[in-house]
Amino acid sequence: MEILLIIVSAIFVNNIVLAQFLGICPFLGVSSKLSTATGMSGAVCFVITLATLVTWLVNRYLLVPFGLTFLQTIAFILVIAALVQMVEIVLKKISPSLYQALGIFLPLITTNCAVLGVAINVVSKEFSFGGEAHLLGLGESLVYAFATSLGYGLAMILFAGLREHLAGNEVPKSFRGLPIAMITVGIMAMAFLGFSGIV
Amino acid sequence: MSKFSLITKGLIKENPTFVLVLGMCPTLATTTSAMNGLEMGLATMFVLILSNIVISLLAPVVPDKVHIPVYIVVIATFVTLLQLLMQAYVPDVYATLGLFIPLIVVNCIILGRAEAFAGKNGPLDSALDGIGIGIGFTLSLTVIGIVREILGSGSVFGWKFLAGDGILAFVMAPGAFLVLGYLMVLFNKLAKK
Repeated sequence: MEILLIIVSAIFVNNIVLAQFLGICPFLGVSSKLSTATGMSGAVCFVITLATLVTWLVNRYLLVPFGLTFLQTIAFILVIAALVQMVEIVLKKISPSLYQALGIFLPLITTNCAVLGVAINVVSKEFSFGGEAHLLGLGESLVYAFATSLGYGLAMILFAGLREHLAGNEVPKSFRGLPIAMITVGIMAMAFLGFSGIV
Repeated sequence: MSKFSLITKGLIKENPTFVLVLGMCPTLATTTSAMNGLEMGLATMFVLILSNIVISLLAPVVPDKVHIPVYIVVIATFVTLLQLLMQAYVPDVYATLGLFIPLIVVNCIILGRAEAFAGKNGPLDSALDGIGIGIGFTLSLTVIGIVREILGSGSVFGWKFLAGDGILAFVMAPGAFLVLGYLMVLFNKLAKK
């Protein structure tokens, strides 16, 4: 039950883009075509889950026992940067077709604040969905990270669909490009506010 | 480029928020009130100026292949410094801005300036560039914060001039996107003239 609540909350109620404002730059940058939006969502999903696994372990077994939690920011960003680089190299060897699909998006992900944001969130937040408040365990963290990245994909793909329609419309000159995109996201965020009563 | 124009270009011509559209996450997330926007802007400016100076000194000796990781470590170091300072002296502010202080590391403005300016110029020019872009960013955040605070809670910098609650949506997530969108429209319109 608790797991289900984490999933629903991460995808809809606390949607990472529309409610938490993480990962906005790639969200605006690569959402003008549906195909690139799908590719980016896949890459982000993969990296967020993997990065959460590694940073959770680094935090629990390296930073906390040695009293180094003040180095969290530096340690996490280095882990993420190294991880992204490694994923790129491994993918290139193992699955060239997947690399072709995700390739150009991978380097961009290092500076996607969604990855670092989720990693920091997971180790610092206490969750109390109904039960007692507790720090997330590894299993719950992974579920949370995966569901959050699904929420990212959902928002991105919906938005890309809307933007493809916008491109064919006559938009007033000052509104063209990003301003109208921003306003569209605003309306989407308003729609997502409707989920806030669920959890 | 003259020293003075290094500082002023960040205000309008290369405004990081409305023209370059960089660092959107803190821009949207922390501008629930004018004060929060101002504080976030100042925190970012602190890291930006210091990292610009250090990177401009390091750039000539860092091999080209590893320059991005080196820059990220420099930036992360200053962010950690800022985190510790804020926890010590202004814990309330640190608590309100929360996650977005450590996330300054991945703010594209800072890595962007390191890459585009500090890596190619001297420490003095880089510091001025940091000040200019920092002021531009701080001003933009404050303006967005003022608009959202007026519409959302009927006050400016905490000074309440309207009785009642205001339009709650402007303090919440949708308001951030809408206000930024319409301010961009206004900026486009004015800048064209």
